[in-house]
Amino acid sequence: MTSRTVRLTVNGRTYTRTVEPRTTLADFLRDDLDLTGTHVGCEHGVCGACTVLLDGQPVRSCLLFAIQLDGTVLTTVEGLADGERLHPIQEAFREHHGLQCGFCTPGLLLTAKALLEENPAPTDREIREAIAGNLCRCTGYHFIVDAIRAAARGPQR
Amino acid sequence: MKPAPFDYVDPRTVDEALDHLSRHGDEAKVLAGGQSLAPMLNFRLARPAVLVDINRVAGLDGVTESSGALRVGALVRQRQLERTLDRRFPLLTAGLGLVGHTAIRVRGTVGGSIAHADPAAELPALLACYDGVVVTRGRRGERSIAAAEFFLGPLMTALAADELLVETRWPVPTPGTGWGLHEVARRHGDFALVGAAALVTLSDGKVARARVAVFGCGATPTLAAVEAALAGCAPTTALIDEAARTAASALDPPADLHASVEYRRRVARTLMVRALSDAVGRAAP
Repeated sequence: MTSRTVRLTVNGRTYTRTVEPRTTLADFLRDDLDLTGTHVGCEHGVCGACTVLLDGQPVRSCLLFAIQLDGTVLTTVEGLADGERLHPIQEAFREHHGLQCGFCTPGLLLTAKALLEENPAPTDREIREAIAGNLCRCTGYHFIVDAIRAAARGPQR
Repeated sequence: MKPAPFDYVDPRTVDEALDHLSRHGDEAKVLAGGQSLAPMLNFRLARPAVLVDINRVAGLDGVTESSGALRVGALVRQRQLERTLDRRFPLLTAGLGLVGHTAIRVRGTVGGSIAHADPAAELPALLACYDGVVVTRGRRGERSIAAAEFFLGPLMTALAADELLVETRWPVPTPGTGWGLHEVARRHGDFALVGAAALVTLSDGKVARARVAVFGCGATPTLAAVEAALAGCAPTTALIDEAARTAASALDPPADLHASVEYRRRVARTLMVRALSDAVGRAAP
């Protein structure tokens, strides 16, 4: 199958890689760019663990192919913290016990980031609606909602 | 859970896309948002030799209005349409909000959902309810296909292998038309077990037009036969109940792991009553 070279920006850094058509974005991030923070759960768009931001919008990286994304700008969980300083949403998740095993966390953080950029003061209902596509088997969601609410009220994002 | 190998092309024009489709025939699949196709590829339920990615085809991402209809280009994302529709399309806006989750709608296209033709999906049923039209292009030219003729079976449509869905047309409802939409799903964002969408226009308190589309209840979205029972009558609760009961008995729902035939028929009847009642309540008298 014809491989192709793509050039895209992830977390502010530009990468050029040759990919075969069937490589999903999730596998590309993990295997080709060594950005293993993006987690792969169900691989059919249900669990939300692989959610990343494509040109600022949340998407399932298991349902996109890297070959499609030449010239795009992506944000993964590795792009949230500023060096050792956690992003305020990450800080809020830590503060409010919004994670236990951490498997769903990368997808939830980016989903929350997209929500708060679009809607800086969401109601609890809006938060729940926004994270409805992200499955968590540990926390029962209440702490995640607490964390996102706290991040929204925080001094900065 | 990885796709089988495939070749990939990303044409820039509709004509180039059609060239690829006619060259590869059944071996090609069109990739738009990929929110239904990619899972099928990952599960290897679909093993096309070539993906024809239309995301870079120019001119398919517009929303315009002409001749009393909203014209939605094949590449318009569900999320994009959900956020741009005006108040003349409350039914479509509500229906888009039930499609998957935000991250799915960011990428998923209106045209893709229609072309995929899942009988439990919202958008095919909504297009049928609006009495909408699918516009296709092929090497032999353009075709306009009424929604009622477009959906042929589960994941089967009137679209030929060498044709591309380029647009869907959604007639603007008569001012004062009321709407209703109800679905039962195991979880919000899932495909519906059963759903019903209704548009009702009243004139002097009597039903001038009533359309109900049921989904998850047959091989295709089904236009329920309620209009004959309601047309020209004052839409009383008893009349709506009777129309829904008759229409539900004509449905041929599937039985599966999730629900029996009887359960689906019963739910369809209830949801038709609710959708019709909401639509009557929202319609200008």
